[in-house]
Amino acid sequence: MYISLSDRGGKRAKPQGMETALPSGVSFRLSPVIIWLGIVSMVTDVSSESVTAILPLYVTGFLGLSTIAFGFIDGINQGASAIVRIAAGWAADRSGHPKRIALAGYGLSMVARIGFLFAGGFWAIAAIVTGDRIGKGIRTAPRDALISVSAQPEHLARSFGVHRMLDNIGAAAGPLIAFFVLLMIPNGFSTVFVVSLAFAVIGVAVLGLIVPDVRADGLPDAAEREGRRLFAFSWSHLKEPGLGKVLIAAGLLGLVTIGDGFIYLVLQARDSFAVQWFPLLFVGTNVVFLAFAVPLGRLADRLGKIPVFVGGHVALLATYLLAASPIGGLGTTVGCLVLLGAFYAATDGVLAALASQLTPPGKLATGIASAQTVVALTRMIASAGFGVLWYAVGASAAMLIAGALLGCVVVAVIFILRGTSPANVVDADA
Amino acid sequence: MSEALGLGKVRWGLLLAVTALVLAGAGIYAVGAYQRFEESRSAASTVGVTAAQPLPSVPFVLFRNTASGQGYGHAATVPLSAPAGTRSVSERECDRVYGTKESSVCLKTNRGLVTAFEASLLNRDWEPQSSWPIKGIPSRTRISPDGSLIATTVFVTGHSYATAGFSTATEITQSGGTPENLEDYALLVNGQRLVATDRNIWGVTFVPGQKDAFYATAASSGRIWLVRGSISAKTLTAVHDNVECPSISPDGTKIAFKKNDGGALAAHWKVAVLDLATGQETVLSEKRSVDDQIEWLDNQNLLYGLADEAVEGDSNIWQLGTNPGSQPAMFIAHAWSPSVIR
Repeated sequence: MYISLSDRGGKRAKPQGMETALPSGVSFRLSPVIIWLGIVSMVTDVSSESVTAILPLYVTGFLGLSTIAFGFIDGINQGASAIVRIAAGWAADRSGHPKRIALAGYGLSMVARIGFLFAGGFWAIAAIVTGDRIGKGIRTAPRDALISVSAQPEHLARSFGVHRMLDNIGAAAGPLIAFFVLLMIPNGFSTVFVVSLAFAVIGVAVLGLIVPDVRADGLPDAAEREGRRLFAFSWSHLKEPGLGKVLIAAGLLGLVTIGDGFIYLVLQARDSFAVQWFPLLFVGTNVVFLAFAVPLGRLADRLGKIPVFVGGHVALLATYLLAASPIGGLGTTVGCLVLLGAFYAATDGVLAALASQLTPPGKLATGIASAQTVVALTRMIASAGFGVLWYAVGASAAMLIAGALLGCVVVAVIFILRGTSPANVVDADA
Repeated sequence: MSEALGLGKVRWGLLLAVTALVLAGAGIYAVGAYQRFEESRSAASTVGVTAAQPLPSVPFVLFRNTASGQGYGHAATVPLSAPAGTRSVSERECDRVYGTKESSVCLKTNRGLVTAFEASLLNRDWEPQSSWPIKGIPSRTRISPDGSLIATTVFVTGHSYATAGFSTATEITQSGGTPENLEDYALLVNGQRLVATDRNIWGVTFVPGQKDAFYATAASSGRIWLVRGSISAKTLTAVHDNVECPSISPDGTKIAFKKNDGGALAAHWKVAVLDLATGQETVLSEKRSVDDQIEWLDNQNLLYGLADEAVEGDSNIWQLGTNPGSQPAMFIAHAWSPSVIR
């Protein structure tokens, strides 16, 4: 049925299922679409991270509001964002125009940003932040679908790596730009908001004007799409060999992935450097992520995406052990940041590449969205659970327990994913 | 093909135009904001000020000056007899201040590419005696009457489940010692030790005349208690429900606090007073939501800061009597973080 899988899947259609094959000899040619999508993400991340970085200062220090409820609202937002993500992925597949859905998501975040110029009071800010988050939820999967469709199949993970690199340049630059503005103009929050809006507008303009509305080749025609049931998508994915296993594996790994915040706190408790430079820990992780995104993407194309994805979690395991170790000081802090950045570089874009590789073209955005939602939701559960553990047994012991669990899950995942190869998809659908 | 190319050119032209327009717009706005900031920094203050002087003789009020112009955000004092009069503005920028006759504690934000936060103990001449980093955005601070104990409460980001979540960190620092986090104290509720996951402590007030005792707020699982703390025993014992940001009266018999009657999300804090001997609560008539640690002007009158809704970044200090019928009155305009030194 999905004959054209071979168009996008390249060597997938080959009977050998060459997922772990050596370089296929197809030389890497980066699609300009991916560069432009990377630039869209970069300026959008400058826009969103500049505001995120200063929001606590603005709300508490400047407006004099209380912020305890923000954590709660953020939790709701993350849940809502995960749900709209699946819906947006489905809408992108159903409409056959992922760009339009992505544009709606970027547009919503941009419109929300206008609200900051007129914001007053806690609820206005909470509503704006919610709009921004939902926009992020909408845009991610359709955008990744566009990347996947535009990439050479042999270099899928590397292409995602290029996008994630550009994305993280924005994420690292955003807070620095915001704090630079506040350094020049101490109460210049409105200037930060204006600058943020400007970058958001540029992102939407690049996406709307330059990025073509790439369609996955061989999409089922409109009539067939019409016939698809609304809630069939998530369960149907579990039935697909390959992706179902990857969703289960990613979910299991997500359940033992504690939030970065906890790792930073362990470092902060041990090292005076980490207290002074706390905001830099986030930037540092982003910088490592952007530096490793392309090399680890290449490695994933070469060795296989699953080994690199699992290997990323081994780096996370090493982060936990290093953070829990009695050795303190600058070396430990930097080591943890490098390992954590490597974990993101080996998992974030690689998972999107893996999910898109294991999904038939007509369900591409839904497949990517499912994988990302599973990871987001299980990580939320993991953070909540780790919070309990943290207070019950203390920071170091909790880290070691999380590390032990992660080690067991990594072993289990290696067994679960054994034999998962894209060839299975072709067999099943052909 | 040529038509498509033509359309492509139009799109590129549009992108360039949009990019140039919004960058120019943001740039012009930023330059304008910078100029306004420079002007306001060098402009004369909108209130009567005199240059920095040592702490005045008691009684006086120490606070953060939020009048625009020179000295915005600086610690300042006025004599208690003339709170609306000329204020003496120091060179020290503080987000929160609190003082004694001889010293004051100043929590401040050090802006930079890496924004950090710092607490300082200042002497009579506003010279720092010691400084230490604090883990988040300044929220509350108190100093014991003899100046030996300093409590700080800050908002910590990245502490909660979500990275953008907020929680508080409260520390007590003995002069010359290292800060002790109150989350490490044993929290006792109805005689049981509580080891819940989400304990939060904030808003310390030191009991006058006792070296070891303080009150604070503790929260866990949506419940909030007034706790009595012991520094030597490292315990926090719950003594009353739903008391936030306690502040003990100069005679040590009552606690003024903020009481939430709006729920966890839509918080609306009333000003209330608890009689420690009888356990009787009196909710006062202030209708606006007060998110501050209240200060006692004397044994019958309270002070608190309220953000000025018309001007972002400005606030006023209000006075309210502790009898239920009392109405709030402006005490010091363009001011924040009051501390009455008797």
